[in-house]
This record gives sequence, structure tokens and C-alpha cells, in this order.
Amino acid sequence: MLIARVIGDLTATRKHPSHEGQKILLVQPLELDGRPRGNPAVALDSVSAGIGDRVLLVQDGFAAMTSIGRPQSPIDMAVVGVVDLVELVDGGRSAESVPAGGLAPGSPPLRKHAKKKRTEQQSHPFERDEPPVK
Amino acid sequence: MFLGRVIGRVWSTVKNPALESQRLLLVQPLGAGLQPSGKTLVCTDITGAGAGELIYWCRGRESSFPFLPQEVPTDATIVGIVDSVNLGKKAEG
Repeated sequence: MLIARVIGDLTATRKHPSHEGQKILLVQPLELDGRPRGNPAVALDSVSAGIGDRVLLVQDGFAAMTSIGRPQSPIDMAVVGVVDLVELVDGGRSAESVPAGGLAPGSPPLRKHAKKKRTEQQSHPFERDEPPVK
Repeated sequence: MFLGRVIGRVWSTVKNPALESQRLLLVQPLGAGLQPSGKTLVCTDITGAGAGELIYWCRGRESSFPFLPQEVPTDATIVGIVDSVNLGKKAEG
């Protein structure tokens, strides 16, 4: 799964029957700091995400098909969740985990997990760039 | 799936029998601003897309599912012709 931003949607009249009645979103996969990561992609929507939302994107065919509920159809990507917050274990936070304009006054400070520093595994699991296991 | 534009057609005489009568189209993948992005590839087609058309295509094993029960050895298929793209305010290339 990747974190991605919904940057648009598209309409198509002539398409595979399994895509009929599904919302088709244009999503831009993101790095943890919010930078674009690779090309934008076209994904079917299973959670009614809107433009501007940060979402979870599956890139495996089986996961995408089952989330849409159309087995054995040409669907290789689907939006399966809307991201509320990303919190990093080392106390950092991704650039967009705080709402625009900062935290509301009086809200509790961001939690920090200073004692849970990673030792054996340095890279963050979000940043592994391996292809999904088929 | 990814956006793309049909930029050509591929003919092949000697090929896997399961590819007989399949349209093979050359596709240029596109970015969000519809600018070319990445290398061109050959796709099978289920939509009847024509030259220059804006399409979206599917990759991987899923791209052979539209042809079931025939098992077509393809790893990229055009699955839809795009009528319009609506980019939100935050869109960037």
C-alpha cells in the first residue's frame, strides 16, 4: 500500500464493464514528506474519497479487485482508505500530518516516542521500495 | 491503471497463437498535466481506441482478465477511453 493524494477524477464512456458505476480517481503517490513519488496513477475508488484527500492506495490486483468487489476484472489499483494522520515512531511527523494552520490552541502536543528508537531496522517500512509479493 | 495516449500501432505476423486478432497499440504514458512521462509500451486493447486517443491502461496479470476464458499472454491492456480529466485545485504536473 502507498499513501497518495487524490488530484482529480476522470470520466470514460467506453471502458471495461467491470468499471461501470465506479468512481475513477487520479491519484499522485507521495513520499513521507509529501513530495510526489513517481507518476500519477488511475485508481478505482472503494471508499468515496474526494479530490484533495490523502488516501491509501493498493497496487496489487487481487487486493484492488476484492476491495471493489469485482473478481477477475482488469483492476490493478484501488483506493481503500482515507488517511487521517501519519505518525512516525521516532517522534517526527510527516509534513502534512498537522492540519493547515497548525494545531488548534489548547490541543495536546504531539506525542513523542523517544524510547522506541529503531536499531536493527533503520529504514522506515513506508520507504521500502520493493514490488508487492504476488 | 495509468493515463496514456495512443501514438501508434504494432503489426506482428509471427506471434503466440493466443495473440492472434488482438490489436497491439503503442502507448505513451502521461503525467497529470497530460505531458509525456516515461517510456512508450505496447498494449493489447479491449476498447477499440484509435490513434491519438487519451486512454487509461492496466498492467500486470489483471490485464489478461478481460479476455477470459481465452488466456492472452499480455501484461498491459487499454481498459478505457478517457472522455475528460478533472484536476482539483492542488493538481501539479
